[in-house]
Formats: sequence, C-alpha cells, structure tokens
Amino acid sequence: MEPQQPSHHRQTVALPDPATLKRLALSDSGFVFDPVSGNSFTANGSGLSILRLLQGGNTLDQVVASLGAEFEVTPSLAERDVIEFISQLRSAFK
Amino acid sequence: MNARKPWIKPVLTAHKPGGMNKFGPARPQLHQAAFDGAALEPLLAQFGSPLFVVSEKRLRENARQLRRAFSTRWPKVRHGWSYKTHGMGAVCNALHQEGAWAEVVSELEYRKARALGVPGSRIIFNGPWKPDAILEQAMAEGAAIHLDHLDELYAAEAIARRLGRKVPVGLRLNFDTGYSEPWSRFGFNLETGAAMDAVRRIGASEWLQLNGLHSHIGTFVLDVRAYAQQARIMAGFMDAAEREIDCRIDYLDIGGGFASRNALQGIYLPPDQVVPGFDQYAEAITEALTEATRARSGQGKPLPVLVLETGRAVVDDAEVLLTRVVGGKHLPDGRRAAILDAGVNLLFTAYWYNHDVRPLRANAGMAEETVLFGPLCMNIDQLRASVMLPPLQVGEALCISPVGAYNNTQWLQFIHARPAVVMIMQDGRIETIRTAESLASLSGPECLPAELQTPFPEPSAR
Repeated sequence: MEPQQPSHHRQTVALPDPATLKRLALSDSGFVFDPVSGNSFTANGSGLSILRLLQGGNTLDQVVASLGAEFEVTPSLAERDVIEFISQLRSAFK
Repeated sequence: MNARKPWIKPVLTAHKPGGMNKFGPARPQLHQAAFDGAALEPLLAQFGSPLFVVSEKRLRENARQLRRAFSTRWPKVRHGWSYKTHGMGAVCNALHQEGAWAEVVSELEYRKARALGVPGSRIIFNGPWKPDAILEQAMAEGAAIHLDHLDELYAAEAIARRLGRKVPVGLRLNFDTGYSEPWSRFGFNLETGAAMDAVRRIGASEWLQLNGLHSHIGTFVLDVRAYAQQARIMAGFMDAAEREIDCRIDYLDIGGGFASRNALQGIYLPPDQVVPGFDQYAEAITEALTEATRARSGQGKPLPVLVLETGRAVVDDAEVLLTRVVGGKHLPDGRRAAILDAGVNLLFTAYWYNHDVRPLRANAGMAEETVLFGPLCMNIDQLRASVMLPPLQVGEALCISPVGAYNNTQWLQFIHARPAVVMIMQDGRIETIRTAESLASLSGPECLPAELQTPFPEPSAR
C-alpha cells in the first residue's frame, strides 16, 4: 500500500460546508434526502461512506485514510474519486 | 480479520420524476465478454486497444440469409457486395466466396475488386464519376456499367466505338416512391422524362445496348412499402423502355438501403421493433415484382434478374469495436463523462446512430447517465450523448456494436493512428485482417525537400 503522505495541495480542495451536509438525512440503504430543497438521491456504498465522513467534519486526508481502511483502494485513486465526488456534492447541495 | 470491500467509484444519483414509461423503466445491467465465441479481453491484451473485431461466421450467415430470403421468392437473384460499406479484402472475399459480385463506385474500388481476383464480368460499376480509363477497362472486361448522367452516356459511347463493338449498359434511375425521401442527384429522373430520353438516345446508338436498370432509393429505409413501390415503378419502366426501343432488360438492380439492427438517432423504438428483417423486405419486393411482371410472364418474356446491393444490413452486426476508458469526469450539468481511446475518428457512424455500449466485465454498481467522449481534441468527438453505464474505472474495456457498416471505409487518420482489425475465422482462429497503423503509415508517403529536412538548423546556417 502506498504511504499516506499528506500533500499541501489537498488543503486547497474546497470541501462542502459541513453544516449543509449535516442537514442531509442518510439511510444505510443509500437513500439521501435534502430537507431544504426537498430533493432526494441514491448514493452507492462508497458515496455514502464519503458523505458520512464529510458530515463528521473530516479533512480530505482523513476521508482518504478512512476509505483506505474500509475499501481496497489506493490513496491516489481514493483522492481522485473523492475530489470528483465533492464537486458533485457542491452542485447537488447548496 | 477485517476484510476490505472492493472499491466502486462513488455515485450520487438524483431522483427525477417522470422517468418511467410503458417500455420499462430500467435498462438491465448488461455486459458483453465475448463475440462470436471469442473472449474479448484477451483480444485486447494481444492486439491492443482500440480494436475492431469482425466475425466471419456472422458475415457469411447474414449474406446467406439475404440470399435465402430473396431466392426462395424470385427465380433469379444476384447480390452485389457494396465495397463502400466495408472494403477490406478479407470481408469482400468472404462475401465473394458466398457468391456476391462486387459493387463498386470509383476507380479505386474497381481496381481493388480486380486486385482481389474478381473478374470484370462480376463487377457492378456505379457512381457519378467513372474516369475514362477505368470506364474503358470496365467496358472491355464486361462489367455492369450503370450510367449516371448524359456526359457519361456520351463518354461510354465514344469508348464503345473505340472498342469497335456494341457494349451493354445499364441506366441509373431516380424517382419518387412516395414512401421515402427522393434521391434525385444520382441517375436520370423518371418524372421529368429525362430517363426515357436517355433510353431513346441509347436506342439510337450504334455502340450502346440497354440491358439493365438500376436505382437506389435511399439509406436505412425502414418502410418496406418504399421498396415495393420502387419495384413496381422499375418494372413499369422496363416494359416502357422495351416498347420504346429495341432492347431486352436483363436485370433490375434495386440498390441497397436495407436498415441494420442499429439505433438511428431520433427513432424512439428500439431496432428490434422497427427494423424489418430480410424476409419482410423480400416479401414486399417480390410480391410487387410478381404482380408488375405478370403480363410479361404471360407473353413468354424472361423475368429480369433481381440485383441487390445490400451492404449495411449484411455487415453491420458482424463487427464490434473494443475500446478502453482512459479518463473520467463530471460535467457541470451533473452528467458523468468517460473519455475513451476510440472516438469519431474510428466510429464515423456515431454521428447518426446510438450504438449499443456494454462493459466487457459484469460491473458492480449503479448505472448512471454517462456521456462517452473520444480521444480527439475536438468538441464534436462524442460517441454517445447519454447512455446508462455502471461506474467506469480507467482501463475498463467497452464493446461498441454494431459497427460493421461504413466505419472502416470512412474512418479518419486524425491525430491518432488507426488500430488493427482482426477477424474471428469460422474455426475460431483469430487473424489480423488489417494491421494497426503507425507513424510510418502517416509519414511514409510524405516527401521532405532537402532544405526542410532539419527542423531547427544551427544558428550559423540561418
């Protein structure tokens, strides 16, 4: 497994506002409900894990490390996928 | 021990109302690991990606089905293989071995057919430009020449005079069937009388003999009534021409245009529900021809040979394109995009078809609306605007089908070298039928003038 090196550029990734994410209702089956907009979504397993980690106020490094413990994924692939997922979250939850 | 779960890219799908319809709300998760019995992933590993894969067995079966559909309904049937649809030697020769003539539309295609070993007497020569030299060769070799316009008629007459003998020729006709968009740019028009003028002009010629009629009503024609009407009109014109001048029409060539099982953009229903089979086309055409030639049969005149130039419907589903995902992103509108190593440079028909796209492996995860982009540095390089696909990793292989018609003749060498084409032979062997291009394929024909051989000369040489 690759070493978990924190990289300075990770700090520049704009995480969604934890307060916005905290309002979301998440079910274990992946159902996501936003009470402010009324919109609902389905997240898959990895998406749900990321949402929960971000709701808990984790940094990107912490999210990537936790994903590495839960899933068979390299830190670089996890980081790449989380960065892309975060941009989806920013569009979906405002 | 805490086993880690497999990683599937994170997905968040918005729930949208109104997505249901009576044809079924969800596309089943499909994958395609093999084609004509050959596992596809090992082919990619051996030949590289992207890769075209042709099935010899499927190709031959399609040609046999076409022949069977028509020859069980009409006494004399001939299939001319359309080189412009797929002109690769292995494909052409497989079909020639099935009995198909060559149907060519240019000097290059004529020469290709001859180089493959097709005698001139089994070549149908169409197209709006047949340069004098090749027209003369074709006439001398006994090819079926279909005259497209008056200038060609006069050129053919001059050549026949030079050859010193009367040469048989066919006339290309165009007319309105009432069921399909009229194609008026090729051949002589019936409604204006131009076609009958050409018949009379041939009748007056010492050197030309009219022996056939040809027309091609369009492409991807889904309404079989268009062909029935075409057959009636051509049979009627055959009788009229034979009354008008001293000639015997030996064949009626109804061209091509039968649809393949591909999803044309803008058509709502899936191909399986809208594309007629060979039997449906054959039934409509031969029924109309039988009716229209009843009087002729009564007079003891021979029935014309029915010539088919079916290309697309014979080769389309006999070939697939394999490609790999090289990158992914989410577009600002929320859609996921995958970048593939094959684009419109290889899949020209993506401009008008929604090709079927399936991962090679059974892929876990929710299907998501996905845009498929090719590798070109061009905004129009898009293979599918919207297709439901599971999460795609870099390196994931996809199978795109059907791709047999027109892609290997209209593909572009733009930015990337064209990939290899392999054929799954009838016995299961894999043969390369076209090697992958390289820098040498691009630079080979180029010539560099001596003073331009060095890109950056020494400063003193400037």
